[in-house]
Amino acid sequence: MSAAAAPNLPKGDGPTAYPRTSTLAKGITSGLRAAMERDPKVVLMGEDIGKLGGVFRVTEGLQKDFGEERVVDAPLAEAGIMGTAIGLALRGYRPVVEIQFDGFVYPAFDHIVSSIAKMRSRSLGHVELPIVVRIPFGGGIGAVEHHSESNEAYFAHTAGLRVVACSNPQDAHWMIQQAIECRDPVIFYEPKRRYWDKGEIAGEPSRGLFEAGVVRPGTDVTVLCYGPMVRTCLQAAQAAEEEDISLEVIDLRSLSPLDTGTIVDSVRRTGRCVVVHEASTFLGLGAEIAALVQQECFFSLEAPVARVGGYNVPYPPSRLEEDFLPDLDRVLDTVDRLMAY
Amino acid sequence: MSDARPWADGGPDMIQLLTPEGEFVETAPQEYRDIAARLSDDDLRGFYRDLVFIRRFDAEATALQRQGELGLWASLLGQEAAQVGSGRALRRQDYAFPTYREHGVAWCRGVDPVNLMGMFRGVNHGGWDPNDKNFHLYTIIIGAQTLHATGYAMGVQRDGAVGTGDPDRDTAVIAYFGDGATSQGDVSESLVFAGVNNSPVVFFCQNNQWAISEPNEKQTRAPLYHRARGFGFPGLRVDGNDVLAVYAVTTAALDAARSGAGPSFIEAFTYRMGAHTTSDDPTKYRLSAEVERWKLRDPIERLKAWLAHMGKADRAFFDQVAREADELGADVRARCLALSDPVGTDMFEYVYGEPHPVMAAEREEFTAYQGSFDGAHGDAEASLEGSHA
Repeated sequence: MSAAAAPNLPKGDGPTAYPRTSTLAKGITSGLRAAMERDPKVVLMGEDIGKLGGVFRVTEGLQKDFGEERVVDAPLAEAGIMGTAIGLALRGYRPVVEIQFDGFVYPAFDHIVSSIAKMRSRSLGHVELPIVVRIPFGGGIGAVEHHSESNEAYFAHTAGLRVVACSNPQDAHWMIQQAIECRDPVIFYEPKRRYWDKGEIAGEPSRGLFEAGVVRPGTDVTVLCYGPMVRTCLQAAQAAEEEDISLEVIDLRSLSPLDTGTIVDSVRRTGRCVVVHEASTFLGLGAEIAALVQQECFFSLEAPVARVGGYNVPYPPSRLEEDFLPDLDRVLDTVDRLMAY
Repeated sequence: MSDARPWADGGPDMIQLLTPEGEFVETAPQEYRDIAARLSDDDLRGFYRDLVFIRRFDAEATALQRQGELGLWASLLGQEAAQVGSGRALRRQDYAFPTYREHGVAWCRGVDPVNLMGMFRGVNHGGWDPNDKNFHLYTIIIGAQTLHATGYAMGVQRDGAVGTGDPDRDTAVIAYFGDGATSQGDVSESLVFAGVNNSPVVFFCQNNQWAISEPNEKQTRAPLYHRARGFGFPGLRVDGNDVLAVYAVTTAALDAARSGAGPSFIEAFTYRMGAHTTSDDPTKYRLSAEVERWKLRDPIERLKAWLAHMGKADRAFFDQVAREADELGADVRARCLALSDPVGTDMFEYVYGEPHPVMAAEREEFTAYQGSFDGAHGDAEASLEGSHA
C-alpha cells in the first residue's frame, strides 16, 4: 500500500532485542514502550492501567517508567476518558486510550463517532486527532456479560476512523506502533483470548498497518478472518489439508479500510470465499466483504460467498459461548458446502 | 412583578457590579470591584462597542436566515454581556471551547464573524483553524466540548504552562455550555476530570433559563453553581447581563486557573431573549411577560446608562458606535452572500490525513459520474463541479 502505511519506525534497536519470543499481550506492552520512548507526546489513558498495569497487564510497568502524567489512571468514566483524550490531542498529544473490555466502549461512542471521526473534515483539515483506542475484544474466556463482544462493525461503519485488529505477537508489537504513528484515529482491536499466545517478534513490521496478510497460501477456498479467528482458521486449514482441501487463510488485519487488492487477488484464484468473525453476521464485516467479492470477483466465483460468525443474538452466557462462536468445525462445515458447488 | 419560577431574579448570592438601572453596586465583593476598577475608560467603551457590534451582527444573521440566506441561526440576543465579559477576560494564549451560540466570544477572540455563518449557510461544518485564535470549532453535541476543554487543560498542565508566574505563558481554558447541558453526563464527567487533575479550566455556564422549550426546573433542583462544590472546587453565580461583573469574576477565575489553583465554575445568570434557533417558536412554551421582565435587565442599556452617567462616554460616541455597527452589518451581509459553495469533491478531501483507498475510489467515481453530465443535459452546476474535480 501507500507509504503512509509504513511509518518511520526504527529497525531493531528497541528496548528488547529482536527477534524474541513474546506473548501477544507483552508484544503490545513492548510496542507501547517503544512508542513512548520515541515520542514524549504519547500518553496512555485508561482505567486501572497504572499500578495494576491494566486488567490484562498490557500496560504493566509503564507507569513506573514513564510516570503518572503519561500513564494516566483515569476516573472510571469512558466518555470522560475519550473526551479528554480529544482535548489532549488538540493540545498536541497522542493519546492511546485503553477501553477495559469491548462492552465498555459504548459510553465513549459519542465522542468517537461524533468528535474523533469528524474533527478533521469539519475543520477542513486544520485539526487532526491522532488518537488510538485499544479495545480487547471477543469471547471464549468464560466471562460475564459485556466482556466478550465484537463491536468492530460500529466503528468500521464510521467514516473518519480506521479500524485494525492484530492476531499474533509480531503484529501486536508493530501494529500498535504503526497505529500510534498514524495521523488518523485508529480503533485497535486486541483478541483477548489470544493475549497469552506466544510467538516470535521480528525486528520490523511484517507489512503496512492497512495491509492484509496471506498467513497460509492455498488454492481451493479463501478464508478471510482477523483477530482471534485467525488461529481458528489456521487450525481449520490444517484439518482441511488432511481431506485434500487447500484453504488460503488471509488475516485481514485492517478492517477499515479493507485491503481489497489482497482479498480480490486471492478469491479470483480460488473461486471460493468464506468470511469468519465472532461478531454477529447481520451487517457485520462479512456482509461488506461479501458485497465486495461478488462485485469484484463475479466471474471467478464457483460458489456463493459464505459467512461464519456469531448468531444474531446478544452474546450468550458463557456456558453457551462455544455454541455461539465460530470454531474449526463450523468453518470446515461451511468449506464443505462451498466445495460441493 | 410576581414570578412563579424559582430564582427568577438570580437570588442574593448573585454577583453584580452594575444594576439593571446602571448604578454601580458599591457593596459588591472588593475583589471584583478592584478588577473592574483597573479597566480604563477605553476598555469600558470597548465593552460597549463589543456588545453593540455583536448584537448588530446577530440581528443581521437572523435577517439573513429569514431571507433564506442561512439555513438556521442560533441567536445570542440577551447573552451579549455574558459572552463579552468572559471573552474579554481571556488572554491570547488561553483557549476557548464554545457551543454553537458563542458568537460574542468568537468576536472577542478575533474570529471573523463571517466564519461563524458558514455552518449555518451550509457551506461547511465550521472550517476555521481553531489554533488561529485559540477558539475551537462550534460544538453542537450538547456538553461534549466541556470534556474536550478539560483534556486540553490537562495538556496545558503537561506542557508546564500553569503556575510559572509568566503572564504570557500561564494558560487557562474556558468551556462554554448552557443550563441544559448541565444535565449531560459529559458535563459532570468534565467536572470530575478537572477536579481530580486540578486542571486550569473555567466552566462557564450561561444559564439562559431555557433549553429549547424546557425551563431550568426541568434540568435541576438546586442552583447550578452549587454543583461545583460537590466536585471539589468553587462555583458562583454572576449577573450574566452585567458585563463588568462577568468580566471581573471570569478574570479572577482565569487568574486562579493559570496560577495553578485549579478549576472553577461560573454560572452566568442571563436570558435567551430570542428563540432557541430560527426554527423554534418560544410563544408555544413561555409567557411574553417573562420576556418583557428580562428586557428591563438588558445588558447594553445598563452599561450605556452607567457610561453616560459617569461621563465616560457621550452621545457622539454612542452614535458613532451605532453607525459602525451598521457598517459591520452591511459588511457581514455582503461577505456572507459571497461565501462560495464547496465543490462536490470536497466531501472526500478532509476525512483522513493519510491516503485512504475508499476516499480515492469514491472521489474518482463521483467525478466520473458528475462528468457524465457534461454537455449532455446542459446542467451548469454539474459541469462546474466536474471542472473543479
